[in-house]
Amino acid sequence: MAQTVTPILSVLPTRGLVDEKFKVALENLPPRFPVTLHSLHQSEDKDYWEAFGYYVSDDRGRVTVSQDASLGGTYTGAEPMGLLWSMRPVPGSRTGLRLRKMDVQSPMVVLISAYKGHVFEGFREQPPMASAVTERWYMAPGVQRIDIRERGVKGTIFIPQGPGPFPGVLDMWGGGGGLVEYRSALLASHGFVSMALDYLSFETFKTHNECLSYFEKVFSIIQQHPQVIKDRVGICGLSLGATVTLTMAAYCKSISPRCCVCISGSHVFPSGVSFAEVFQFKEMDMGKARLDEQKRVIWRDMILPIPTDPQRKVAMGRIKCPLLLVNGDDDQNWATVESAEDMAKMMRAAGNDHLLTTLTYHDAGHLIEPPYTPHFRASNFIVQHSKQKVVMLWGGQTKPHADAQEDSWEKILAFLRQHLYPCPSSSLPQAKL
Amino acid sequence: METNLWRLLLSVQPSRGLVDEKFSVRVQNAPPAHPLTMHALLHSEDGDTWEAFGHYVTDSGGDVNVSEDPSLGGTYDGVEPMGLLWSLRPAPGSRPGLRFRKRDAQTPMQVRLSVYQGHQSEGFMDRAVLASVMVERWYMAPGVRRVNITEGGVTGTLFLPPGPGPFPGLMDLWGGGGGLVEYRPALLASHGFASLALDYLKQADVKNEYFEDAYRVLQQHPQVCKNRIGLVGLSFGSSVALKMSVYSNVIQPRCIVCVSGSHIQHVGGTLADIFADIAKNQKKTRYNEENQVIWRDLLLPVPTDLSKKVDVGRLQCPLLLVVGEDDQNWPVPESADDMREMMEGAGNSHLLTVLSYPRAGHLIEPPYSPHCRAGTFMAAGSRKKFIALWGGEVAPHSRAQEDAWRKTLDFLRENLYCSAD
Repeated sequence: MAQTVTPILSVLPTRGLVDEKFKVALENLPPRFPVTLHSLHQSEDKDYWEAFGYYVSDDRGRVTVSQDASLGGTYTGAEPMGLLWSMRPVPGSRTGLRLRKMDVQSPMVVLISAYKGHVFEGFREQPPMASAVTERWYMAPGVQRIDIRERGVKGTIFIPQGPGPFPGVLDMWGGGGGLVEYRSALLASHGFVSMALDYLSFETFKTHNECLSYFEKVFSIIQQHPQVIKDRVGICGLSLGATVTLTMAAYCKSISPRCCVCISGSHVFPSGVSFAEVFQFKEMDMGKARLDEQKRVIWRDMILPIPTDPQRKVAMGRIKCPLLLVNGDDDQNWATVESAEDMAKMMRAAGNDHLLTTLTYHDAGHLIEPPYTPHFRASNFIVQHSKQKVVMLWGGQTKPHADAQEDSWEKILAFLRQHLYPCPSSSLPQAKL
Repeated sequence: METNLWRLLLSVQPSRGLVDEKFSVRVQNAPPAHPLTMHALLHSEDGDTWEAFGHYVTDSGGDVNVSEDPSLGGTYDGVEPMGLLWSLRPAPGSRPGLRFRKRDAQTPMQVRLSVYQGHQSEGFMDRAVLASVMVERWYMAPGVRRVNITEGGVTGTLFLPPGPGPFPGLMDLWGGGGGLVEYRPALLASHGFASLALDYLKQADVKNEYFEDAYRVLQQHPQVCKNRIGLVGLSFGSSVALKMSVYSNVIQPRCIVCVSGSHIQHVGGTLADIFADIAKNQKKTRYNEENQVIWRDLLLPVPTDLSKKVDVGRLQCPLLLVVGEDDQNWPVPESADDMREMMEGAGNSHLLTVLSYPRAGHLIEPPYSPHCRAGTFMAAGSRKKFIALWGGEVAPHSRAQEDAWRKTLDFLRENLYCSAD
């Protein structure tokens, strides 16, 4: 029985953290042989996601994804991680999907395959030449996950391995609500006690002070945790969570975060009135919401123009800790770039702008997530207060957005380490060699 | 003691790796020129504790990079990226004669890597740790499938790589300790070979046909390329591999790997006959000062009589011999020399490759496994326990394991994946 040659496909590491790069390589092909490298993942919602790139083997019959250029597919060029970040739902899927891992204690399992020739469809109908399976984990081995249900607070704490104590990060997700754990799990895998918080599921607050005292309580839960270094707790927020972060940093008297990271956020109160109404959304000026030609909702104009009335935005002059802003300039959901400019102006006037660092990524959208996860320009969204189902336009183009995720994550981790991990001070006596 | 003004960052990448994957261990955020001890701790399935450690000094940036910086002492020294694994040895106070082997190939080894203040050499359990992470080391890559084999009277376990197949096949023959040893075939499957672990010493009178039956089971499996099967043997398993390849009409491997093997055996009979023959030479057993058993002389001198050794001049496929020059258990170097002579005489020595490692011992295993110079040994079917001297010194033996494994995989790929039909 004649055997066609079987290529050898390898993916290293075989099991990696979500933000670790991998190396995909093919050997034992004929020279100058066209192949398609394909990735397939089944989400927790049972949808299938795929990506693929076209390659031609070199004279030794090898393809090295981290070095060779993809000639087409869902990504082009030399892109070591293209098989992950360019994933999109397979043809025939439901629309408006977003890929998110809700169970962080199990890995994302990705099947990487090599197909003969340059294929753009029908991957399920033909057998590949070779396949490999790789796992992508949000949690490093030994990271602990603990449910928090106390004093009206619902969240999850992730504790890194080791003796501790560790710096802490309060992780605030966005206005979509729910208890989203994956970024916190990944932060814990990098040495931070991290708390994911479900802050939109409680009863609506009635007053500004009720809001503040809720978040003071939340901050104290993480700060008082026996594994946390009390004066090294920071806050990281995305979208609405970023607004909450800024509000806490500016107004909560009893908490002092050591640093704050605001991803795709604004200092403008969306409802325009006060912090409490942030969660009620009642007064939100929906009149300025737009629809694009595909009837996708664009919210970016709702806080424009940036108000001059100080009552309608966080008093940035009151921020006392280093602040990192991460924004995409194609954000269609929130006017974050304009907000960042206004925040800088306010802080310059107040004399605390030395605390501010702003990263703006060209052609990135609103949902700047940990690296190598797929980009979606729009997805299904349930508006919290009205329970209305819409398709929300987040913005961004796939490749620039993926680059933004990779670069910003590295810088966010470096920023958190710099401000939260106590460094040996230069005044310590140097050890004699 | 000064208050904890700084907190170390310890990172290991990958935190979940295959047993033969290198990892990178880094310490950051310490003071510059600061002494630290890197420590590894492993609990075996039998409840024994293994540990390794290296002494480092942080650089001017307060960092240690184990892949680039030298260990100044400990269970290993010099620049050794994987020293924390291969220099693992039983913790002080352990039972004697321990050997590290993973029985369950489906779960990972869990190694705890820790950083201690200063240069410590003992009492690690009583000291405060500066930082610690758990690292997993797997024999099975994700997607590898484990299948119990019981057909045709054959007892074994088949490990299949992920993917559509069909795959080249391997029959993996372990040594005289018997049992069903799965970790090496699991790892071979993780590299693309459908690998069959064979339990062949359950009965004292196992017939030669048993191996042929097993070979057929492997050949006939729908996901195995029946013309691309190799044999991999360790110790006594190598003897079986050589004998079957030369004398069986059914077993026609495309290539053979013999680790720590010898061709010296009574050719005409069964395995029981071979064991009986060896037993006859009991009086040649020697003991070292620690009363550990040296069995290498039982097969010596190398016979000239062709009924007493496999006629490797008749081999028709490539043969890779892996030799530890300090093998105290079997006369592996002498056998390799004799095999080369026989093959040169017969004109098939172009098929032979010998990898010979100075100061390596008998148990040449997948890389980064702890070295065992002497360990408890119980021959299959016997109740008597010995402490057998396997030989080898830690660092050279570990280098041999790393080099031999890489070359073994290259050899198998070349002969089973790449060669034309």
